[in-house]
Amino acid sequence: MAKIGIKVKVNGVERAAEVESRLLLVHFLRENLRLTGTHVGCDTSHCGACTVVLDGRAIKSCSVFAAQADGREVLTVEGLEQDGKLHAIQEGFFQEHGLQCGFCTSGMLMTGYAFLKSKSNPTDDEIRHAISGNLCRCTGYVNIVKAYQYAAAKLREGEEQL
Amino acid sequence: MTPKTPAEIGGMGHSVKRKEDPRFLRGQGQYVDDIVLPDMLYLDIVRSPYAHAKIRNIDTSNALAIPGVAAVITGKDLAAYNLHWMPTLMSDTQMVLPVDKVMYQAQEVAAVLATERYIAADGADAVEIDYDPLPVVVDPKKALLPDAPVLRTDKQDKKDNHIWHWEWGDRAATDQAFKDAEVTVKQDIYIPRIHVSSIETCGCVAHFDKVRGKLTVWMTTQAPHAIRTVFALVAGHVGLAEHKIQIIAPDIGGGFGGKVPVYPGYVIAVAASVLTGKPVKWIEDRMENIQADSFARDYHMTAELAGKKDGQLTALRIKTIADHGYTDAAANPSKFPAGLFHICTGSYDIKAAHVEVDGVYTNKPPGGIAYRCSFRVTEAVHAIERMADLMAHEIGMDAAEFRMKNFIKPDQFPYKSALGWEYDSGDYAAALRKAMENVGYAELKKEQAEKRKRGELMGIGISSFTEIVGAGPSKHFDILGLKMFDSAEIRIHPTGKAIARFGTKSQGQGHETTYAQIVAEELGIPVDDVAVEEGDTDTAPYGLGTYASRSTPTAGAAGAIAARKIRDKAKKIAAYLLEAHEDDLEWEPGKFFVKGSPDRAKTIQDIALAAYTNHPQGMEAGLEAVSYYDPPNLTYPFGSYICVVDIDNGTGEVKVRRFMAVDDCGNIINPMIVEGQIHGGLTMGLGPALYEEIQYDDSGNILQGSFMNYLLPTAIETPNWETDKTCTPSPHHPLGAKGVGESATVGAPAAIVNAVVDALWHLGVRHIDIPITPPKVWKLLRENGVTG
Amino acid sequence: MIPRSFEYFAPRTLEEAVSLLGELGQEAKILSGGQSLIPMMKLRLATPPYIVDINRLPDLNYISELNGFLRIGALARESDFEVSPTILSRYPILMDTTVVIADPLVRNQATACGNLAHGDPANDHPATMLALGSLIIAVGPSGERVIPIENFFTGLFTTALQHDEILKEIKVPIPPPSSGGAYMKIKRKVGDYATAGVAVQITLNGAGVCHRAGIGLTNVGFTPIKAKETEAFLIGQKLDDATIKRAAQIAAGESQPIDDIRGSAEYKRDLVRVLTTRALNLALKRANGGA
Repeated sequence: MAKIGIKVKVNGVERAAEVESRLLLVHFLRENLRLTGTHVGCDTSHCGACTVVLDGRAIKSCSVFAAQADGREVLTVEGLEQDGKLHAIQEGFFQEHGLQCGFCTSGMLMTGYAFLKSKSNPTDDEIRHAISGNLCRCTGYVNIVKAYQYAAAKLREGEEQL
Repeated sequence: MTPKTPAEIGGMGHSVKRKEDPRFLRGQGQYVDDIVLPDMLYLDIVRSPYAHAKIRNIDTSNALAIPGVAAVITGKDLAAYNLHWMPTLMSDTQMVLPVDKVMYQAQEVAAVLATERYIAADGADAVEIDYDPLPVVVDPKKALLPDAPVLRTDKQDKKDNHIWHWEWGDRAATDQAFKDAEVTVKQDIYIPRIHVSSIETCGCVAHFDKVRGKLTVWMTTQAPHAIRTVFALVAGHVGLAEHKIQIIAPDIGGGFGGKVPVYPGYVIAVAASVLTGKPVKWIEDRMENIQADSFARDYHMTAELAGKKDGQLTALRIKTIADHGYTDAAANPSKFPAGLFHICTGSYDIKAAHVEVDGVYTNKPPGGIAYRCSFRVTEAVHAIERMADLMAHEIGMDAAEFRMKNFIKPDQFPYKSALGWEYDSGDYAAALRKAMENVGYAELKKEQAEKRKRGELMGIGISSFTEIVGAGPSKHFDILGLKMFDSAEIRIHPTGKAIARFGTKSQGQGHETTYAQIVAEELGIPVDDVAVEEGDTDTAPYGLGTYASRSTPTAGAAGAIAARKIRDKAKKIAAYLLEAHEDDLEWEPGKFFVKGSPDRAKTIQDIALAAYTNHPQGMEAGLEAVSYYDPPNLTYPFGSYICVVDIDNGTGEVKVRRFMAVDDCGNIINPMIVEGQIHGGLTMGLGPALYEEIQYDDSGNILQGSFMNYLLPTAIETPNWETDKTCTPSPHHPLGAKGVGESATVGAPAAIVNAVVDALWHLGVRHIDIPITPPKVWKLLRENGVTG
Repeated sequence: MIPRSFEYFAPRTLEEAVSLLGELGQEAKILSGGQSLIPMMKLRLATPPYIVDINRLPDLNYISELNGFLRIGALARESDFEVSPTILSRYPILMDTTVVIADPLVRNQATACGNLAHGDPANDHPATMLALGSLIIAVGPSGERVIPIENFFTGLFTTALQHDEILKEIKVPIPPPSSGGAYMKIKRKVGDYATAGVAVQITLNGAGVCHRAGIGLTNVGFTPIKAKETEAFLIGQKLDDATIKRAAQIAAGESQPIDDIRGSAEYKRDLVRVLTTRALNLALKRANGGA
């Protein structure tokens, strides 16, 4: 089958490629662009380990074709750190022990990044709802909620430019 | 426990932030699927839709016709190298690829090698296989009937589906105690099959370097050295020798026991790499992971407790049928086919006990792994905590009071149980008391009584468990003959930094931090100055890996012992440098000083430098040590959990309103990490209690073959876990520490079940098998006259 | 986990999209949110040789009131509902519905129109739209046509849409004053389809008597179910406890659930009874100006 040309802005950099139409966005990121921070954890769109931010919205990159990202912007976990400074959400996970094996973490971070842009003072319940599409087997979620709260507080302090 | 070292050193008791986090936070972890090598081929596996069938024909022509498909491997290909069968960790045998017949749905039947992942998938789709279905056996009780089809036709003398019978305890004394008992309770308890489902599935990259004759396998394995030895034994005849095999466990996205077994996919990938001389990547997808990889639990138990009317327990008897799937691929110490199930007298001083377990073959994926449960301890704890609660309710005694009455008392430790375990230390009453205070037990009971009058259903459940972890003493513990010691190798560099390597392998437990803290504790070297490595068999000392909460009890101990050996040598060097006698020196974290003259001191950094630049004559240079630690005993962490549930009488939904977990794992290395382990473990206890199970229909079709129906709790289903602790150090562990990673998974399900049954007891409900789903509760409510 | 190959089209206008669908024939599938289609393709349960991606079509992403209707465009994402001031203030039943669909990540991609077009009785919007008495605007080669929602779901995974039609818009009649609605769903966990779901939309007259009732049932039949008998029963009645109890029983009787992994038919039928009771109570509260 003929390949199609796509141009996607990934972490601020324009990337062009010839891809099969069936190529999933998660594989485009991981294999074509070698950005392996985004992970595959299931095959039925349940786990959220593949979460990236597409035009500002957190989505499951395993359930979107790379072709659909043509002309659009993707932010992955590799794009969170700016000028050697961790984003507040990354800092929150570090301070609050929000990760153990690290495999669901990039998904949790990207969901958090997008969520905290629209919710500056979330309740714990709102956070739990926000991460209900991201499965974790290690942490039991308690510290992830704390990590999000840490990040929210930091962002409110105005320490970060989003 | 107040830390002995200051925060800058970061020894035991400090909640040091994790050293492994920086790479994960940036998406720079290196998991197996992140590894790409030049010329790498991808392996995709074709799986059987049938649970039991003869393979009539495998047609690979359409698959081979796809551009990019390099080969299709079948059982016949492997048979040419005698690799089509291999031993399991329990010395049974398992198929790598079948020649004759398949024995479980999703069994590996053929493997496609291709230049790209997507092409391999197309290739797998294009392989055509004809099967002749055979009668399927899924019920282990039916499997034991005389007319049941014999599944293991590969075993020449096998005439039935019975694997082994194992029993322990004093049958005669127990039977007598039951005869004499004032009160007895009996209950059938089924703990269904569940699945680990770590977020990362299993996989490997196998690379056989033809020029060097060396095989390197990056692999999701919790026990790299054991795997290396197994590969050497299994494939020695095709030229693989142990010094030419390197197993590298990179970052692993959760293990929980599921990454201990040797899955056929690994072996096929290795064979493919040896045959082609190219690297071969095999990464299973989630459905393959759930449907074919080792399961946990699947114990059909009949449990009985005997006691006096005043609540004093006198005897325990449990009979179990263990469904192992088509082969015994459990990961238990070889002497214990039912693992450590005989910890089932639990936290109670029960004088007579007898257990028996019968392993059975069925047409299901093989296993019986230690899923976050230290070898069948969840099953044991579930049984005793359910039965204790049942008896308490039966005689009308408060569940907490009943437990207090029967707990082993602190002055009875070390305690020899009726089933032969010597518990190292414990104070069960203190933990339960703390849990009761924290949760407001008395107020909750009042609230429950009031709610009951209004027809509102609320339950309070307790689980006071004793765990048994840290396998184990070489006298009794081996896997495939490999004794279950573990190891540490520590080397201090001239500039005072250290590298420490261990025989275990973290899959998220934070060893890079906690092991560094052990070195910091013993040598006063700051945590940041200690690099920890695990998982590469070319460099790490031999160990049996990380599972069954054994790392701190075994490798952690080895780390402490090795560090102390280093400190002993350091003292000699210090004495030399200070021109003092060894006996005149005292140690404080990070330095030796002359008694009474604290300014006459040498830091560990001074000593390290001297070890390379100014060591005493007659002494070897360098500053390092190795320890292979053979634990004298297991360790026995314990805890008391109290769960409060509310039940919606309209829908049958159970909501965990509160869950208070008080855990005791002795001295704690990193409180933050331990608390995280408890949170995660509780969630892995909640899952099976309310959501997770794997069932098969009569044709052997799995009913929960993906995350669509195998239900993992999200942050919404998971309550806000409340935790607390007591501290009863282990008297025999060098750091007084016990393992803890699995305690919560072991203790939680019973607390939840006990709470639900407590909520419904007044309606006549006595027991519910997990998972306690809304339809189950709804049925009980309607049957007992509650309309909702 | 890897879909079969297909030819991909990303038309830039509605006319182009319709025309393509006509050319490509029955086997072409429309891709909007893709959150049902792509998972099926990954499991190779769906292997369409042609995909027509409508996400580039302009002017289809709206949720706004106009001329007596709330109009929902084909590309309005579920998460747009959650932040829409209109939905928040005036359509709590739609808020109830959207927040229980799948999970927040899926909702960032999934569309409400797609939720109907799929024809899946397990989807949540169908019951709500049935309760609201919505209209479907389909665009085909001959232009637009209006399909009343009660004629839209014709069978399992089958709707009244022709293969060359696109569901362009949902029109929800703006409820009159003294109206209230609610959607309630029981699921095994977040992200799961409904074990059972009930949507209720009622309007009361000045005397507090129900003079319009719409009831939709999720995942208790081969199509989403409009509980017509229950609706008829409620007309002309004051919604006191006894009436609600009776209505709930009738609704349970109108459901056609089967035994499956989520529960027995008996259980689901009783859930319909319980949820109808609770939804009616909440709808009544909202109709009377309460939360």
